[in-house]
Amino acid sequence: MKRAIFRNQLLPWLLLAPQLVVTFIFFLWPAAQAGWQSFLREDAFGLKTTFVGFQNYTALLDDSQYVDSIGVTLVFSISVAVLALSISLLLALAVDRMLTSARTYTTLLVWPYAVAPAIAGLLWWFIFNPTIGLAPYALEVLGIDWDHSLDGTQSMILVIIAATWKQISYNFLFFVAGLQAIPASLREAAAIDGAGPVRRFWTLTLPLLAPTTFFLLVVNTVYALFDTFPVIDATTEGGPAQATNILVYKVYVDGFLGLNLGSSAAQSVILMGVVIVLTVIQFRYIERRVEY
Amino acid sequence: MATITLDNVGKSYAGDAMAVSNVTLDIADGEFVVLVGPSGCGKSTLLRMIAGLETITAGQVRIGNRVVNDLEPGERDIAMVFQNYALYPHMTVRQNLAYGLKNRRMDRAEIARRVDQAAGILEIGDYLDRKPRQLSGGQRQRVAMGRAIVREPAAFLFDEPLSNLDAKLRVTMRSEIRQLQRRLGTTSVYVTHDQVEAMTLADRLVVLNKGRVEQIGAPLEVYRNPASVFVAGFIGAPSMNLLAATRDNGRVMLGDVALPVAVPGQGPVTLGLRPEDLHRAPEGAEGGLDMTVAHVEELGAQRLVHGHVGGQALVATLPSDAPLADRLTFAFDASAAHLFDATTGSRI
Repeated sequence: MKRAIFRNQLLPWLLLAPQLVVTFIFFLWPAAQAGWQSFLREDAFGLKTTFVGFQNYTALLDDSQYVDSIGVTLVFSISVAVLALSISLLLALAVDRMLTSARTYTTLLVWPYAVAPAIAGLLWWFIFNPTIGLAPYALEVLGIDWDHSLDGTQSMILVIIAATWKQISYNFLFFVAGLQAIPASLREAAAIDGAGPVRRFWTLTLPLLAPTTFFLLVVNTVYALFDTFPVIDATTEGGPAQATNILVYKVYVDGFLGLNLGSSAAQSVILMGVVIVLTVIQFRYIERRVEY
Repeated sequence: MATITLDNVGKSYAGDAMAVSNVTLDIADGEFVVLVGPSGCGKSTLLRMIAGLETITAGQVRIGNRVVNDLEPGERDIAMVFQNYALYPHMTVRQNLAYGLKNRRMDRAEIARRVDQAAGILEIGDYLDRKPRQLSGGQRQRVAMGRAIVREPAAFLFDEPLSNLDAKLRVTMRSEIRQLQRRLGTTSVYVTHDQVEAMTLADRLVVLNKGRVEQIGAPLEVYRNPASVFVAGFIGAPSMNLLAATRDNGRVMLGDVALPVAVPGQGPVTLGLRPEDLHRAPEGAEGGLDMTVAHVEELGAQRLVHGHVGGQALVATLPSDAPLADRLTFAFDASAAHLFDATTGSRI
């Protein structure tokens, strides 16, 4: 790395300042606030504040709603990550086989990424709206009575579809790039070595895509855990009966709707810990795992 | 072990001209055939059609009397060595060698035996447990060869396997490939654009140009009797001098000079003279070529003299101790002259 020598002691700090200010105002300060607030109990109007130590945390573990929310989050995140990864890999494989119109398809498949999450949520809310939506109409023909505002499972399916759809574009781009980085001669050599398309996929393509896949797995997990707030808010608002109330949404509901700021802060501190662990895993693992 | 037969094989892409047309070739069991030609001549396409990596749009390819046009590459009983080696980067050398055998559900003990045998032949036993990225270019080349020989296939196909190696290693590997092929006796088809590689390796050369076969023959036969102007200019280093001449009263005329070559007919003709067939002659000798020397290339054992004769470029090979001058006169034996039709380019 190149080392710059500054004669002026102030200049390097000035150059770093914009980034440091942004990090401080929008991350460190609120994070510290949340950390401090998680040890406090405050009434709804902020008139009286008591220091309660770890009570907010212990209360969460005893709270069956919080434990349920962990379960909901697991189901939701794993489904979104697995679906988003596998569907985008299938699409990328399909596009990789094309010779002429691959660019057109790539462009079309990337479009959903430009749609804001809240709009995407709304879009799926319309499509699956029990009264005016197209999907329930079609499902009725199959004998399925769709109403996600009453049925928890259907509600979960809806948010999983909406959240997955949004993430496929991103994964797709990475997978296409990863596939194009595999030399055609490797696949040809494998074909001559008697491996059919399916075997080639499992023994050659997938292992060579492993670094990409692992990177995307972490990114998708983080996405499903944290960035899906707008999707939930626009479609189900965590309902019915907490069926889609994932952890990050519960932070909002408990803090901003329930005004239980202490508990909300404790929940966000826990989530912050999860992100830190995931990031550490990603960096340690990826550096070791790159194959060639 | 098998013969390979190409019967009027052709390849055309949708809407495009023919990439390869009407190639007919019988390769004997154990023969080493080299496809040679400039880039874009269709030699790689032809090889890939034999391998099954390109579809065959016309004609028939038979390997060991079995028509393989519609067989998958894996079903054709061939092995291929690629220009970039195409080793599987996530597998060890051992796994690379075993991959093709595993895919064919071969017995474990037999796989181990064959891998060890191939490793012994190619002297790669010391790094069987390394990954390809830990190997040098020459070692990777050996592994690629190993992957081909463990299969014990009916034929080896080589697609410019030496062009990624440095010049010295290329010469070593060239003779190793030749010796290995002799030892195993496996029918081989080898693609290269390097005519020295082609001459040294081949039992038989196939010279290709613009998707067509120009000449098929043993290397020396092609060198001595090139069938066309293209072959004459392509085979041999330094390449043959091709001079525009005329036929007049049974003699070949270069400008005003009557050359000692007898030929029937009238009109323009292309005269081919190899630089090594030109030798010094006293000034003013009958039928001599008076060359104005432009520059000299020293090769060590020999020197190449570049110059002009009557406005046409000429190159001659001289011993490195031969005296030089601004003007030199060269003569040649009548038997060394190659004559080609000036319009069709075919040999007269």
